[in-house]
Amino acid sequence: MKFEELSLQELVEGITSQKFLSESVVKYFIEQCEKHSDLNAIIEVFDDAIAKAKALDEKIARCEKVGKLAGVPVAIKDIIACKGKKMTCASKFMKDYESPYSATIIKKLEAEDAIIFARTNMDEFAMGSSCENSCYGACKNSHDQTRVSGGSSGGSAVAVASGLCPVAIGTDTGGSVRQPSSFNGVVGIKPTYGSVSRFGIVAFASSTDQAGPITKTIEDNEFILSILAGKDANDGTSIENDFISSPTKEKYTIGICKQLTEKIKQLDTYPQFESAIHAFEKMGYDIVEVDVPHIADCLACYYILTPAEATSNLARFDGVKYTIRSEEAKSLEEVYVKSRSEGFGEEVKRRIMLGNFVLSSGYFDAYYKKAKKLQTLLKQEFAEAFKHCDTIITPTTPGEAFEIGGKIKDPVAMYLEDLFTVPASIAGIPALSIPYAKGKTGLPLGLQLMGAQKSEKTLYDIAKKFKQGGAQ
Amino acid sequence: MKEYDVVIGLEIHAELKTKTKVFCSCKNEFGSKPNENTCPVCTGMPGALPIINKKAVELCIKAGLCFGCKISNYAVMERKNYFYPDLSKAYQISQLVHPLCIGGQIELASGKVMRLNRIHLEEDAGKLTHISKSVGTLVDYNRGGTPLIEIVTEPDFSSAEEVDEFLKRIREALVFADIANCKMEEGGMRCDVNLSLKEKGSTILGTRTEMKNLNSFKSVSRAIEYEIKRQTEVLNAGEKVIQETRKWDDAKGKNLTMRSKEEAQDYRYFPDPDILPIAISEEDIAKIASEMPQLPQARRQKYVEEFGLPKYDAEILTTSKYISDYFEECTKLLNSPKKISNWIMVDLLKLVKEQEEFVFPISAQHLVEIIKMVEEKTINKTVGIQLLEKVIETRQPPKSLADKMGLLVTISNEQILELLQKLKAENTKVCEDYKAAPEKVVGFIVGYVMKNTGGKANSMLVKQLIPEVFG
Repeated sequence: MKFEELSLQELVEGITSQKFLSESVVKYFIEQCEKHSDLNAIIEVFDDAIAKAKALDEKIARCEKVGKLAGVPVAIKDIIACKGKKMTCASKFMKDYESPYSATIIKKLEAEDAIIFARTNMDEFAMGSSCENSCYGACKNSHDQTRVSGGSSGGSAVAVASGLCPVAIGTDTGGSVRQPSSFNGVVGIKPTYGSVSRFGIVAFASSTDQAGPITKTIEDNEFILSILAGKDANDGTSIENDFISSPTKEKYTIGICKQLTEKIKQLDTYPQFESAIHAFEKMGYDIVEVDVPHIADCLACYYILTPAEATSNLARFDGVKYTIRSEEAKSLEEVYVKSRSEGFGEEVKRRIMLGNFVLSSGYFDAYYKKAKKLQTLLKQEFAEAFKHCDTIITPTTPGEAFEIGGKIKDPVAMYLEDLFTVPASIAGIPALSIPYAKGKTGLPLGLQLMGAQKSEKTLYDIAKKFKQGGAQ
Repeated sequence: MKEYDVVIGLEIHAELKTKTKVFCSCKNEFGSKPNENTCPVCTGMPGALPIINKKAVELCIKAGLCFGCKISNYAVMERKNYFYPDLSKAYQISQLVHPLCIGGQIELASGKVMRLNRIHLEEDAGKLTHISKSVGTLVDYNRGGTPLIEIVTEPDFSSAEEVDEFLKRIREALVFADIANCKMEEGGMRCDVNLSLKEKGSTILGTRTEMKNLNSFKSVSRAIEYEIKRQTEVLNAGEKVIQETRKWDDAKGKNLTMRSKEEAQDYRYFPDPDILPIAISEEDIAKIASEMPQLPQARRQKYVEEFGLPKYDAEILTTSKYISDYFEECTKLLNSPKKISNWIMVDLLKLVKEQEEFVFPISAQHLVEIIKMVEEKTINKTVGIQLLEKVIETRQPPKSLADKMGLLVTISNEQILELLQKLKAENTKVCEDYKAAPEKVVGFIVGYVMKNTGGKANSMLVKQLIPEVFG
């Protein structure tokens, strides 16, 4: 049986009704991981996964009550702590690190009897948009191995797109779930900030980090998010987000951001985006133009706030603890300088430098403080815009997946990849990416649906109706 | 030789008395095995997040209320970024722009007012132990993440004496209000001293130095005296004081350069994105204020002005909240503050003098009952002390115990004295015998009184009164 063709509900039903074993499902996906190791999407398959699946099968055989994800193998980005398992963030600095505790979302998944079976490739410490900044080497696009997977959750998106797992968990700080989902033709969401606990997820930029599921279908995505979401006593910034019980509507109003229109029109992929708008029109939805006056400043704001937080978050990798301590260091100061020089990759170093710069005395007000003000303003502007529409749509990415090596030497070109995804991160609002068209070279393109705080249900519902109705 | 004015400002750290650490649920305890009280949060494991301890916030606000600070309605925890192996996350969660408490002051005995700049909440770092070159340095994160308050003063001090009195006031209030233990020898209270000299009468401040590693009240005073002398010598030699941090070496009685201004760090403070700003309502503040005990300074004033106690008594009775509360409880039951004070200071405190944290072995009610009996002369003071010991021993109520023991005096002193006079007049031989060898006739005299009172006189009392008549 081709298990990757089943929905999550079908998998769970099959396992709990003993049509097939969780063991068979887990073994099947492990085989797929091995068969497609050339994609470099999976860093490690956990050696206790099959045993866990067997134990669950026995539980089912004894007619014991099992969870909503009984026996389903889940792959996790290598930035999520799982007790007793290695977690490296694709960095040399953590190559031998084993987490002494599990993230809240791992506990939630395990409480529903999911089998956490593999960890996926990523950009080092989630910094990058191509998954090339990994100490394990680049992850390749599931549709074209000469192209990037996107990043930073590239491994998670490729694993789902290539049928290596039925669901993978990624993290998204400025687009790291949505952009690789778009590049590989799968569904990915960045939830409302705080909806998913960050406890146990290595922090890149604490005020925009959010974990989100990557799946083949919108239904699967919604199902997994409903399990992950919820206030957590271990995360002071987490919130209650019972999106699943929100009401839905027959018809929605689709917003187009006026300040992005020019930029979108210049894209090669504009015709595809235009046809999506037409599809919504055909469905009888109103299309309105809305204002988010400062949306174009988001990228600058993002590349000030997130490096600032990252600088501080990554300072604990100091050569005193964790894997790397420079052999050449002769003093404490040298332990810091040499270990960090050896342990971090180029992109991480670039952002640490940037972050230290914007936080340093004399520059703090001009950069960090100003960016924070802009963030407050953007939140208000988005809130205002969502009084006039249910979602604002954009392409998830400017174009199709680019070639491996194509942008890695040009950081600014790479940062522009995040143009459409960063605003939702800065504003803390949910944004869903769904596959909706093919680009010039036949690679998948994603459509991004942004919504008001806690409006995930609306976004999923619009996406489902778009797939059912408009896409035909 | 020029004359100089001394300008001193202080930064005082005190460990808060919470059960758990400030951002995790590990025990806040001194003296555990290395790294016993640690978890992913306080060891800074990747992915772990801080959750602020409400009790620590409350205690910091309490400290602010002790010294008349303005309590902020909006406070922010910030990250102070610097590298050191005792700092697990390579940043300390502290406060800069929006501290919990602003301003405040303490008045010294001289009437001079010392202003506070602020009191803020922060976490402590771990502890390093340097073993040897080959073994290296070991780190213990037990102390990492324990809650501290930092009290920052204005540069209002001009002598070691003022600093000493101020520190004692701070400690007294923090201990009294149950905010901190302030055990300097355990690092529970630490003080950094910023000191500069300026020409006498000048308004232009001189260059200051910061002194660290001051682990006792005595070393604070010694270090200040030393630094005043050192800076005076530097200036008198026509040289300049260098802005730097100096480390006090108590054994050698001198301080040495730790780091100069050029090496000073840029801490790159910014609001901690893991901790939401703290909102404090007026109701919150009122509630905390309502739980505050009256502080020793106010109590002393009350004892002297309202109760008419000597200053000395007021000092002794306010050395701890326990003693002071006990004393006040007694005064509510019996309006004789001086008598109560005497009993506590003379008879109770000696029973517990070696103990650090003690409970008097007798309840305030029972003590007052004994004092009342003495006041009403149903027993005399000596018997009262015997009764006190017996009550402590048996835990029985004083009155019924005295009754059982036959200590109660139903025959008054006057009646006894009258009988003694009568005996003296009747029996001259007894008088002579008494003068020759009192011990030989005391039994006879007591027997006489007992016989003539139907055994109701207090024999102890009789013994005491004999010399008045026969002596």
